[in-house]
Amino acid sequence: MRFDTPATTNPIDRLRIIGQPVDRIDGPLKVRGAAPYAYEQHEAVPNQAYGWVVGAGIAKGRITRMDLDAAHAAPGVIAILTTENAGPLDKGKRNAAPLLGGPEITHYHQAIALVIAESFEQARDAAQRVQVAYAVEEGAFDLAEAKAEGVGPSKDSPDSKIGDFAKAFAEAPVQLDATYTTPDQTHAMMEPHASLAAWDGESLEVWTSNQMVAWAHQDLAKTLRLKKEQVRIRSPYVGGGFGAKLFLRADILLAALGARLAGRPVKVALQRPLIANNTTHRAATIQRIRLGAGRDGRLTAIAHESWSGNVEGGEEENAIQQTRLLYAGANRLTGTRLAHLDLAEGNAMRAPGEAPGLLALEVAMDEMAEKLGIDPVEFRILNDTQEDPEKPDRPFSQRQLIECLRQGAAGFGWDQRSAQPGTRREGRWLVGLGMAVGFRNNLVDKSGARVRLDGEGIVTVETDMTDIGTGSYTIIAQTAAEMMGVALDRVVVRLGDSSFPASAGSGGQWGANTSTAGVYAACVKLREQVAQALGLNASDADFADGMVRSGERSIPLADAARDGALTAEDTIEFGDLQKRFQQSTFAGHFVEVAVDAATAEVRVRRMLAVCAAGRILNPKSARSQVIGAMTMGLGAALMEELAVDTRQGFFVNHDLAGYEVPVHADVPRQEVIFLDEVDPTSSPMKAKGVGELGLCGVGAAVANAIHNATGIRVRDYPITLDKLLDRLPG
Amino acid sequence: MMPFTYERAQSPAAAAAAAARSPSAKFIAGGTNLLDLMKLRIERPGHLIDVNGLALDRIEPTAEGGLRIGALVRNTDLAADARVRRDYAVLARALLAGASGQLRNKATTAGNLLQRTRCPYFYDTDQPCNKREPGSGCGALAGYSRQLAVVGGSEACIATHPSDMAVGMRALDAVVETVRPDGATSEIPIEGFHRLPGETPQIETALQPGELITAVTLPPPVGGTHVYRKVRDRASYAFALVSVAAVIQRDGSGAVALGGVAPKPWRRAEADAALPQGAQASAAALMQGARPTEDNAFKLKLVERTLGAVLAEARS
Ligand SMILES: Cc1cc2nc3c(=O)[nH]c(=O)nc-3n(C[C@H](O)[C@H](O)[C@H](O)COP(=O)(O)OP(=O)(O)OC[C@H]3O[C@@H](n4cnc5c(N)ncnc54)[C@H](O)[C@@H]3O)c2cc1C
Ligand code: SF4
Repeated sequence: MRFDTPATTNPIDRLRIIGQPVDRIDGPLKVRGAAPYAYEQHEAVPNQAYGWVVGAGIAKGRITRMDLDAAHAAPGVIAILTTENAGPLDKGKRNAAPLLGGPEITHYHQAIALVIAESFEQARDAAQRVQVAYAVEEGAFDLAEAKAEGVGPSKDSPDSKIGDFAKAFAEAPVQLDATYTTPDQTHAMMEPHASLAAWDGESLEVWTSNQMVAWAHQDLAKTLRLKKEQVRIRSPYVGGGFGAKLFLRADILLAALGARLAGRPVKVALQRPLIANNTTHRAATIQRIRLGAGRDGRLTAIAHESWSGNVEGGEEENAIQQTRLLYAGANRLTGTRLAHLDLAEGNAMRAPGEAPGLLALEVAMDEMAEKLGIDPVEFRILNDTQEDPEKPDRPFSQRQLIECLRQGAAGFGWDQRSAQPGTRREGRWLVGLGMAVGFRNNLVDKSGARVRLDGEGIVTVETDMTDIGTGSYTIIAQTAAEMMGVALDRVVVRLGDSSFPASAGSGGQWGANTSTAGVYAACVKLREQVAQALGLNASDADFADGMVRSGERSIPLADAARDGALTAEDTIEFGDLQKRFQQSTFAGHFVEVAVDAATAEVRVRRMLAVCAAGRILNPKSARSQVIGAMTMGLGAALMEELAVDTRQGFFVNHDLAGYEVPVHADVPRQEVIFLDEVDPTSSPMKAKGVGELGLCGVGAAVANAIHNATGIRVRDYPITLDKLLDRLPG
Repeated sequence: MMPFTYERAQSPAAAAAAAARSPSAKFIAGGTNLLDLMKLRIERPGHLIDVNGLALDRIEPTAEGGLRIGALVRNTDLAADARVRRDYAVLARALLAGASGQLRNKATTAGNLLQRTRCPYFYDTDQPCNKREPGSGCGALAGYSRQLAVVGGSEACIATHPSDMAVGMRALDAVVETVRPDGATSEIPIEGFHRLPGETPQIETALQPGELITAVTLPPPVGGTHVYRKVRDRASYAFALVSVAAVIQRDGSGAVALGGVAPKPWRRAEADAALPQGAQASAAALMQGARPTEDNAFKLKLVERTLGAVLAEARS
């Protein structure tokens, strides 16, 4: 199905099942432990062996000697994989550094060997006996240093210039020029990267934990120089990803290579302490923002430049992307600078670009509001735009930012905020309110599905879409149930298998909208087949309550499949509505913090998000996404940081003891409101995404609340107590 | 993890004797620290002596009117004990500020005292660390040292002792009771129990090879207001940046010990003496001779501020 004109009324609009807060259908399996994750696929194939990954102990250089004798002699060892015996390998399209390193090492904890043994413990023991000698080379590990040495705009992403920024900024009566930094972050999802691989002759089967089955499929085949038909990937359950599992990573590749070498199935889970340096992470940024405004509070000049680093072949962290779209202003300059660093590869983490970008931009807006003496909410409303500021003939498809802010302000009690910072004290606590705008684009990509109706009236959906804990199983079932007019328990959903039609996968908050749109398309086809089989006219047939009605006739749906199951497959493909309309999602985030006047410990007390993000397919799972993201935003504001050792070139705090994320005691009362919205330009579902929106801007709201509480402006995240302590009253 | 042999000891003296027979032996209590370190090959015992069955899990009054806490008393049970909560509240509070409920259910009194540092370089076997591999250098000193010691460290090592419980015990003048391989018993005041690193950071306590902790005794209750305040980067389940254990009397005198700042629970007589003069004077005495790194210099201020907050709380 090609989607190139805005959607009109369709069966989804009935909202009998779609839009309802139904429980997740995979919930009971998960709480009973009956949903096997990749490492628990004990029944999938017999004779599984265990792999343990050896990571490089240096950041840059060469392996000069690798002594495997002691490891080979250790009990239970079956084989040891290195580049010496891995056979020729290509590199995946979406990988920058090689997943199996040696002799050349390009980053710390790059995998250099896989030790395969009969048991997990034996593999670990033997791996610890591997002796490696290196010739260390100098590397670049310090972003600030790289920036100081000078990095220009890259050819691939030139600066965007509208009007004359320099002139407008110079002439602006009120100016802000501030620099912000955001640290490297690791996804820290609960389930580590894990894979089980088994060969049958020249064919390879992999059970893994991956967000994008089609990408992993393609890149695994490419890396191993196989035809895609020779490879099958399954990823039915994923214990969180946040972008860490968008790509083919070492667990999959090493399990596959290890299984070939060992001549039997091998499974590999990346050890937790390896993940920060071995896999991808969100790259640190240095962001300079300049804003110029008239005394009336209207922005006349906006500039946002962002520096980040990456390995050879890696891309920049696009922290400026929201600044091109969020506020009006005639003169604009935005650009990214990419430095070469020899740390692990930087790549997408939940809301790549906007998450760090808004941490800076939305604090800059708060600072500017303060300079102007305008309330921060009103300042944003004043600078709202209904069109793409770089292309005024391109409207936003929907932009209810002002409604988000007004409703949020009213609901949160924003009028109780003192404009004068540092003035509200409750015992030992300094209390402040802060807000920020959340913004994340709506991305779409083609997405396919297959639906089948059997003689029992059961509708089965198959797509390679993944459920990374988000609720895909449930909203896909809701979509099929709505379209075919059956109860939810008549729908079976099967996900995450490369033998199913390729979906857009779980990433970029496009998963919910695009994968359900693919199911919609397939269901439209199936409805036609059903109508034909029942001798009804598809265009006026009504599918409801397990019946198909047309005119005077009403026939059980199952009857259509009496002579055999009906199967339909389709892919939703998107035309140029994304070009004609700027499709984005919006939020107003409101936060109350208390800061201990003596120790500078920060406690978030209340959080509210008001979101406008198209149709909400399931308010319950959508809310879960947003409160989880708000928690992540709290972590980004207050504690998350991969500490870089700039001499040795690695992230030091590479386990969950050292890399702190919020615990329950950090998470306060969280409230989420979704505005009523449908976006007919986004898809027939009229939905957009919320999973990343919920994170965008949250950290800045926390930072702004800290400023309101204390009068202290911290521009370097995370805002740990040492950055406040000196300037607090005590 | 290296292969090891395992035995269940029959008595404290037998456990100590068994340990002396096998130089690479280790006692195992709750295992919450030892097993993690064994999996990483940071601890490499060839023989494990399980001391869980030794009936060292009782809390009893002493003849002097104090309390004798068996080495195997779980942290959860110790924190919940009515006598501890009433007479030694700083200890109960310190315990509850540590780790998580599940860990405290396993963690023991002796194991907690002997838990090893959380320095990230100690945990990363690809990095130099004098404590793990004597002579290999200290990765943290010029590296990432936010969590590490500001006082009491050396050129060889600036690791902190991460325990909360031990800080409470230090403020209470606890005494560690042991039995040696020859069957002799000994009493080690907690003040001298943990050693400063000097040039041998791998030697962390005054225990001799094979020496088994049997109990920790607390002197008779001293009254006063008991406060334990732990400051960290998140609200729970994190090690202290700075913690303060204080027992403050009505007249302003008292005892104060710090966690998170030194290789051992940190207390100084001069600082106790300065308590009536206030937090600034006492903190200055505690931090005298401090040699912080750029990463952790903030702890000096934080000590003063936290102590100030603790004294204010004690007064109110
Ligand atoms: C995730 C995590 C978070 C934590 N957070 C905190 C925290 O915030 N605060 C805090 O204080 N602690 C914290 N801990 C540490 C925890 O308190 C210790 O792991 C625990 O107290 C160790 O006790 P155990 O009985 O399990 O010791 P074990 O692991 O069994 O032993 C530790 C050491 O003591 C030796 N040993 C044990 N018993 C004896 C004995 N009777 N005589 C001589 N030697 C003996 C062992 O040989 C070993 O060397 C945390 C631990 C973890 C894993
Ligand atoms: S501070 Fe101590 S424990 Fe940490 S690296 Fe240095 S020597 Fe090792």
